[in-house]
Amino acid sequence: MRRISLRIGELIAVLFVVSFGVFAMVTLMPGDPAVAILGEGHPPQDYENLRQELGLNDGLLHRYWDWLSGAVTGDLGTSLVPPQTDVTERILGALPVSVELAVLGLVIALVLAIPLAMWSAAHAGGAIDRMISATMFATLSVPSFLAGLLLIMIFANGLGWFPRAQWVRISEDIPGNLHHALLPAIVIAMMELALFTRILRNDLIVTLNEDYILAARAKGMPPWRIMVTDALRPSSFSLVTLMGISLGRLIGSTVIVEYLFALPGMGSMIVTSANQGDYPLVQGAVLIVALVYVVVNAGIDLSYGYLDPRTRRVHA
Amino acid sequence: MPSDKFRADRAKRTRTLTLGAVMLVAGAVLAGFGWSTPSLVLAGKAVLFLVGLTLVFQGVSRLVIGIRGKRIDLLFTLAVIWLIGLITVAVLAPVLPLGEHNDVAKTLLEPTNMSPQLLTDHPLGTNNQGLDMLSRSIHGARTSLAISLLAVTIGTVVGGCIGVIAGYYRKGVDSVVGIFTNALLAVPPLILLIALSTFLEPSLRNMALALSLLTIPSMVRLARANTIAFAQREFVMAARLMGATRLRVMARELVPNVILPVFSMAVVMISALIVAEASLSFLGLGIQQPDPTWGNMVAEGEGGAMEDFPHIVLVPGAFLFLTVFAFNLLGEKAQQRWDTRSAKL
Repeated sequence: MRRISLRIGELIAVLFVVSFGVFAMVTLMPGDPAVAILGEGHPPQDYENLRQELGLNDGLLHRYWDWLSGAVTGDLGTSLVPPQTDVTERILGALPVSVELAVLGLVIALVLAIPLAMWSAAHAGGAIDRMISATMFATLSVPSFLAGLLLIMIFANGLGWFPRAQWVRISEDIPGNLHHALLPAIVIAMMELALFTRILRNDLIVTLNEDYILAARAKGMPPWRIMVTDALRPSSFSLVTLMGISLGRLIGSTVIVEYLFALPGMGSMIVTSANQGDYPLVQGAVLIVALVYVVVNAGIDLSYGYLDPRTRRVHA
Repeated sequence: MPSDKFRADRAKRTRTLTLGAVMLVAGAVLAGFGWSTPSLVLAGKAVLFLVGLTLVFQGVSRLVIGIRGKRIDLLFTLAVIWLIGLITVAVLAPVLPLGEHNDVAKTLLEPTNMSPQLLTDHPLGTNNQGLDMLSRSIHGARTSLAISLLAVTIGTVVGGCIGVIAGYYRKGVDSVVGIFTNALLAVPPLILLIALSTFLEPSLRNMALALSLLTIPSMVRLARANTIAFAQREFVMAARLMGATRLRVMARELVPNVILPVFSMAVVMISALIVAEASLSFLGLGIQQPDPTWGNMVAEGEGGAMEDFPHIVLVPGAFLFLTVFAFNLLGEKAQQRWDTRSAKL
């Protein structure tokens, strides 16, 4: 219990620093927001009034406080670029798309990585194991934007199996949504698949050398059952750590994929608003992404206790 | 008089050599066919080419085993050769007889979107403005390597120093540093870069500074963890008992020990930084056209160009892939050797 509250305290401190960093960073942006909203050629008094209205004439800390107290109650301001919509609303519209892509990518990666790693570990050193390892190592070196373009070239343009640059909301049409989300999700999954397979294979090989596996084998349990019931859980420790570490990269590749496939998620929203200098939207979106990231990582930290009971006592 | 074992060895060696040579030739033919045949779709060509390349690779490694009598790490050798070659041409790029890489005014008469033809003026083809792809790729390597190496150096030095200090002093210093590193780590790397790009001019120096921010937190963590481990060892205790100042303990006892894992981490990070730089340029937020980087060259293929002229994407893509692959391989070797703890994860 004490560990959990300590962790939460640390989490809040980190979020404070992040939110201030995000806020201070964006105020350094070149250009006057008032000019950006009204356009050139208005009398100076108009700009002055707008600045007053936006609160730009207050001190940095004052503005930070206003923004933060709004953010806590779910009000992240309005975007600067017309149509000037509510930032919270925009984020709520975009977040499900990104979450769906990331989760789908993660699921694809896990579903493929676990059997591949099991096969590799069971036949360690064999031809297929070496081939899988080499392919995974090569996959690690393909940046996601390159993988995305190549897959588009082959599957969307060449073979015409998947559509490109459209999105169907999951609430409207589930098969249609999956059809549109699959290729982007595969791009996201590739890098994770490679990492997961490598790490799980290595851990499984270590676990398979333990005495209790030998005991299970001596009892005459079939190899696949030993793998699934005895070896997998103790070996998934680094995999879970890795999933936490990969989350940052997962969000990164979601950004790239959304941009590449022109999908209406958080990533493409951040890229366009950064290009247009729409700072309330950038601030809000980065804050939410960081929040999700920090909370998920904390959750992963706490899940160790479940996966490996040995760690419970060490930390307590 | 040759013994039986000797004769058997020789027969085996001849067999290895013949098999290697056959695989080499077959692979080369297959790869060449896959590269040049007009009768297949792109996916089929790529598969043929890759299978051919694998065969060539296996053939060469068999030949090497046959000739040298022992196994060498061929892939590693090739990676080192590629990196040395790339760095050399990147450094020498201004004095090499290359085509035009960024001045469109000089290429009005050049063919545009030319496919790669090895024995012409443009061995890797040209882009839609007639700029030479080979020259652009090499100048792209220059930018990319300069940015990532600069960033990793800044990150290693700054992050390493902060990490050693935090790990040696512990207590207050440590927790403040901890909160700041966690805050930096709490923003996903690409999002952080995009946010930074909203107010930084995309120049070489700014890109390097922004990217170094990505390396600092993990460097701090690694250096801190290693410092804590070494600070409890006898030689540090001995130095302190002899009256060494804190600065001296850190500089003379801790840094030399911490530097190896930190260095191997730096090698691993280079490839991640190259990818990050390329991604940012691909999104149009990094180095701007007409100056070439691999990322913005790949981006030229978007919006229809790559369907008709796949080389626009494939040429810079291949440079990027090979370089990242080589650095990954190098990084893995370095970690296996100098940082056994991180290598496991």
